[in-house]
Amino acid sequence: MELLSGGEMIARALEDEGVEFIFGYPGGAVLHIYDALFKSCKVPHILVRHEQAATHAADGYARATGKPGVVLVTSGPGATNAITGIATAYMDSIPMVVLSGQVMSHLIGEDAFQETDMLGISRPIVKHSFQVTKTEEIPEMIKKAFYIASSGRPGPVVVDLPKDLTNPHDKYEYNYPKKVKLRSYTPASRGHSGQIKKAASLLLAAKRPVIYAGGGVVQGNASPQLRELAQELNFPVTNTLMGLGAYPGSDRQFLGMLGMHGFYEANNAMHHSDVILAVGARFDDRVTNTTSKFCPGAKIIHIDIDPAAISKTVNADVPIVGPVDSVLTELIALVRELRAEEPTLPDQDALGHWWKQIDEWRDHHGLWTAPRYDTTTPYIKPQQVIETLCKVTGGKAFVTSDVGQHQMFAAQYYKFDEPRRWINSGGLGTMGFGLPAAMGVKLAFPDADVACVTGEGSIQMNIQELSTCAQYKIPVKILNLYNGYLGMVKQWQDMQYDGRYSESVYEDSLPDFIKLAEAYQHSGVKVTQLSDLEEAMKEVFARKNELVFMDIHVDPHEHVYPMHVAPNGSMRDMWLNKTERT
Amino acid sequence: MRRIISVLMENEPGALSRVVGLFSQRGYNIETLNVAPTEDPTMSRLTLTTVGDDHKIEQITKHLNRLVDVVKLVDLSEGAHIERELMLVKVRATGAQRAEIKRCTDIFRGQIVDVGPSVYTIQVTGAADKLDSFLEAVGEAAIMEVVRSGVSGIARGEKVLSL
Ligand SMILES: Cc1ncc(C[n+]2csc(CCOP(=O)(O)OP(=O)(O)O)c2C)c(N)n1
Ligand SMILES: [Mg+2]
Repeated sequence: MELLSGGEMIARALEDEGVEFIFGYPGGAVLHIYDALFKSCKVPHILVRHEQAATHAADGYARATGKPGVVLVTSGPGATNAITGIATAYMDSIPMVVLSGQVMSHLIGEDAFQETDMLGISRPIVKHSFQVTKTEEIPEMIKKAFYIASSGRPGPVVVDLPKDLTNPHDKYEYNYPKKVKLRSYTPASRGHSGQIKKAASLLLAAKRPVIYAGGGVVQGNASPQLRELAQELNFPVTNTLMGLGAYPGSDRQFLGMLGMHGFYEANNAMHHSDVILAVGARFDDRVTNTTSKFCPGAKIIHIDIDPAAISKTVNADVPIVGPVDSVLTELIALVRELRAEEPTLPDQDALGHWWKQIDEWRDHHGLWTAPRYDTTTPYIKPQQVIETLCKVTGGKAFVTSDVGQHQMFAAQYYKFDEPRRWINSGGLGTMGFGLPAAMGVKLAFPDADVACVTGEGSIQMNIQELSTCAQYKIPVKILNLYNGYLGMVKQWQDMQYDGRYSESVYEDSLPDFIKLAEAYQHSGVKVTQLSDLEEAMKEVFARKNELVFMDIHVDPHEHVYPMHVAPNGSMRDMWLNKTERT
Repeated sequence: MRRIISVLMENEPGALSRVVGLFSQRGYNIETLNVAPTEDPTMSRLTLTTVGDDHKIEQITKHLNRLVDVVKLVDLSEGAHIERELMLVKVRATGAQRAEIKRCTDIFRGQIVDVGPSVYTIQVTGAADKLDSFLEAVGEAAIMEVVRSGVSGIARGEKVLSL
């Protein structure tokens, strides 16, 4: 039997768990662990430049691969720096295991140097957390952490490790459990058949159906089933911001994103529908607008792994709790069975009319049927940057984004045909997410194009990671949509505060991003003319092994449209441009 | 509507703070709360009372169930159940009042558990509204101190909340 210290157990457990990368930053409380990593661990460690970036990088890795991201930070400031990234992962249900150092057991509670109550601080933003109290329990706790983080509705799990328990001199038997069971934790393994039957009948009786699919379809690996069902029935599909790619963006049945900045045809289809099939989506306020006015004529089928997500903000008529992939598989089989008996279902005339109506909406105001932005200004339009990106990368890149107007333009104009390609902080809306997330993605998929779409506000929140990219040669491409403002803030100030730009301007204080990239051993390309854009971008993406910072100067006054009218608006109440609303 | 929610959970450090944190985080209110280990020392039984409409109670029970430490829970108010709370009351008892308070205690089937020259300490058990009525009967003027355990409860009949 092998005897290992606590630090060695952690190094070994991460190997045994099949972890590919540890994103971390050392400090006093984790030095024993770092020494064990140095001596024996086969898992590469990526030294970030700020613990927030470690969590976002692990998060980006997790979103792109489906496997839990792993973070290692020290106690106190290391742990608190990780909080924003943990909350980001929590809001989007991303599997992550965060190992945080803690002061020595006998010092806990004494306000010792670099002591913070990590379990207390992180409690509302984790799926679960563990305080290790004995070295012997480390392997099992790590196993449990990975299991909880990645099963059911995924989420971040914190394991707090007092320094004395990782001390190299105290060795114990090491046994990494193959499996763990928790009597108090049993995620649903399949949906209720009776409910799935009800859903099948309701779908077949629909005259104006719409499928509303969210991040749960991506996380639950149910894209193939979603496509199969939608295509079996010829139903229109809309994806949430988190669900982009769950249904192929370039398919005819795809209506674009829905919600606050959703497509006209998607929001209208929702509003006028008679049956909504919601899959792995959570009816959040950025989707529904005013809930009392939400889709007045619709019966709602809601499939989700998390019972608490069902009927939280909008009541579901047919709730189904279960893994989205297996529920959809069952649903498809039932629909086929029912159609074999009654091939005329669903009502094809009604469906034909519905599609005609949807195509009309599309023709009038759809973002992909004609340019809906003003092309007469001298500026590059941010929308054009994303359209060009989509073209240059063949719609196949991994695109991470930060938060702001650039994020919404990326969501609207990049056609994602595959899940896990669109990587953004939807729930928490964390500026600073984009670059570290892109690092995590690129490390997982070194041969793929990885683009970080950002703004000059957001990129500065984790710009220091350019140094990490230099150390580990992570050749992501950064597209800075330079509009000279905290653009999304400015847009709201334009629309709701008579253009009073309270603290959304930088007053000539922005750095020269090209020089900045160069200072970090990378290169940069500045683009100010539309005529240069495509060529420049092609060249940038041809430089496979380099990180290139593209600083693209875009129209400083562009707004994101459509935009829900609020407060008190319904799904279909939208601003279509600066002067026109529905 | 007032509900009694009874929770069987892991007797782990942090479990109670997760339950209490959930209530403050999501804006639910807790009226009473009590918790103690069960006959199986690895598990605790927590009982809380809260007020809310059906939608809110459903959300509360779903979110409680989502906590990894929670093994099982039941909304006792949904079926026949027994509700008990224990209360200790210290009252000023002098002169003619002593007999009056003694009589009142008997009516409520309480017990005087400590006696001093001018105070009684009374123990009363029962449903929460019975304890309220007792306090009303004794009268605010006489009451020096009140300690209540918070509501405990159990389902009637064969139904049990266990592993
Ligand atoms: C950490 C953080 N702080 C503040 C905000 C609020 N916020 C949302 S968008 C935005 C402006 C972002 O500016 P920029 O990165 O330049 O993007 P743009 O909107 O100009 O495209 C701000 C401040 C946020 N989402 N995250
Ligand atoms: Mg900007």
